[in-house]
Amino acid sequence: MTLVAIVTIFILAIFVGLEVISKVPQTLHTPLMSATNAIHGVILVGGLLILGSAEGLAMTIIGGTAVVFGTLNVVGGFVVTDRMLEMFRGKKREKTS
Amino acid sequence: MNRDWIDVAYLAAAVCFILSLKLMNSPVTARKGNWVAMGGMAAALLATMLNPAIKPGNLALIAILVVLGAAAAVWSGRKIQMTAVPQMVALLNGLGGGAVTLVALYEFLEASNAGITPEPIQRVTTVLSAIIGSVSFSGSLIAFGKLQEILPGRPLTFKGQQFLNMLLVVVLAGMAVGLLTVQGSSVPLFAGLVTLALVLGVSGVLPIGGADMPVVISLLNSFTGCAAGLAGFVLMNTALLIGGGLVGASGLILTLQMCTAMNRTLGNVLFGAVGSVIASSGNSALAGRQPKSYSVEDAAILLTNANSVVIVPGYGMAVAQAQHQVKEMAAKLMAIGIDVKYAVHPVAGRMPGHMNVLLAEADVPYDQLYELEQINPLFPETDVVLVIGANDVVNPAARYDKSSPIYGMPILDVDKAKTVIVCKRGMSPGFAGVENELFLLDNTVMVFGNAKTTISKIATALDSY
Repeated sequence: MTLVAIVTIFILAIFVGLEVISKVPQTLHTPLMSATNAIHGVILVGGLLILGSAEGLAMTIIGGTAVVFGTLNVVGGFVVTDRMLEMFRGKKREKTS
Repeated sequence: MNRDWIDVAYLAAAVCFILSLKLMNSPVTARKGNWVAMGGMAAALLATMLNPAIKPGNLALIAILVVLGAAAAVWSGRKIQMTAVPQMVALLNGLGGGAVTLVALYEFLEASNAGITPEPIQRVTTVLSAIIGSVSFSGSLIAFGKLQEILPGRPLTFKGQQFLNMLLVVVLAGMAVGLLTVQGSSVPLFAGLVTLALVLGVSGVLPIGGADMPVVISLLNSFTGCAAGLAGFVLMNTALLIGGGLVGASGLILTLQMCTAMNRTLGNVLFGAVGSVIASSGNSALAGRQPKSYSVEDAAILLTNANSVVIVPGYGMAVAQAQHQVKEMAAKLMAIGIDVKYAVHPVAGRMPGHMNVLLAEADVPYDQLYELEQINPLFPETDVVLVIGANDVVNPAARYDKSSPIYGMPILDVDKAKTVIVCKRGMSPGFAGVENELFLLDNTVMVFGNAKTTISKIATALDSY
């Protein structure tokens, strides 16, 4: 990939982020913060790549810690978000029934 | 496996992330949105495992660490109380920041060990993602400590603190430039850079009051996203570029919206040290007054004699886990024909929407929840307002007292109601460290005690009327 292509992807992602988020209602701010928190756990991809190629104890420890941190970030983030949103749905159901 | 297929999976993940954020625009589709993001994440992670750079010999270790990490995350994520969600988000965000720093450190060391000099863009982004990731890691841990009350929630300040932070930023910038201009690579300089960035995260968040932590966590969330996006440049990875870029942008928007809700600028939140001293009430007419303390029975009588009741929940309700008792009490009031509404201030609790989540947990119907703009015109016609553990968001000083740290923040005008009942543990000031003259007004009565105990006692007392 050329440098310009990478910069293009990054800048467009930022603009999409600005556009998509600015329409979210206040009541969903906490779940949204938690969901975006889980999404930046995509750094686990980086963790997997470095641990996968790691050689030697020091590098394996660095990679291993990154994988553990990343996994906690991704999984914990999605679980907490789902618990919050589950309540919103429960509330809807009560209202419609 | 063909590299193209991995990139196709990353594209699918990116589309899922964007769709997920879009689905989160509405409470009806929000949960589905979270699932879509999970699907995207799974696609990105599975595709990554097909990368030929991952040695078969390391697969077992990866599997063990991912399974252990996932098990720990699912266990703690399910077990945690809903009130502790803000600090959990802070902690998870810090771990994400830490992971970014470790990835940057690894890439730096690997290039250094191999004696190669990476492309300029990669050198710059390695240094930047290490700095931002480190600030996010240590800053989030401090935010976690403040919310968990391991550290004092009050701003911790000392003379020359802002000067120290400025100095840290300047030295960090100098070191970064040094790292980028020096031939080859200097491991001690990189280690020093990471250490200093960790110190900056600590000293940057310590002087910020506990009440402002949601804004700080949201900002650090944006930082971690940004750092992850920059790590995408280092690893030439589109999943990181897009996922990180999306979160970096969205976190910033969310942060600014939180500041707007408090009628403050981001600069004021970060450097204002609001709440470091207890500001006295600006209304001298109330000086020397004592609050009126009522028993739960008296409070119950006031409630039963009302036609309309507005409940204002706050952090006190959250810490006491009193939302179920509140719902139960409200049901009893409604059963005897009293109109009950809930007034939800945008920043009540420790995070925007915190009260909505708790009331939803207790199955309070949507249509009883009123936002600030909807409920404020209704207060003059309200008989009784029941404030449960809210403080700064109902402080009338925000309307007129220019010397008050919370001056200008939109508040719930509960003091305009005929009677205000305040349930509170004691007379201590709120999270912003400001005294509240509402408690001294003629139409205000106080019921002291833990919110859960008080509300369930009131509910019991209601049975006898």
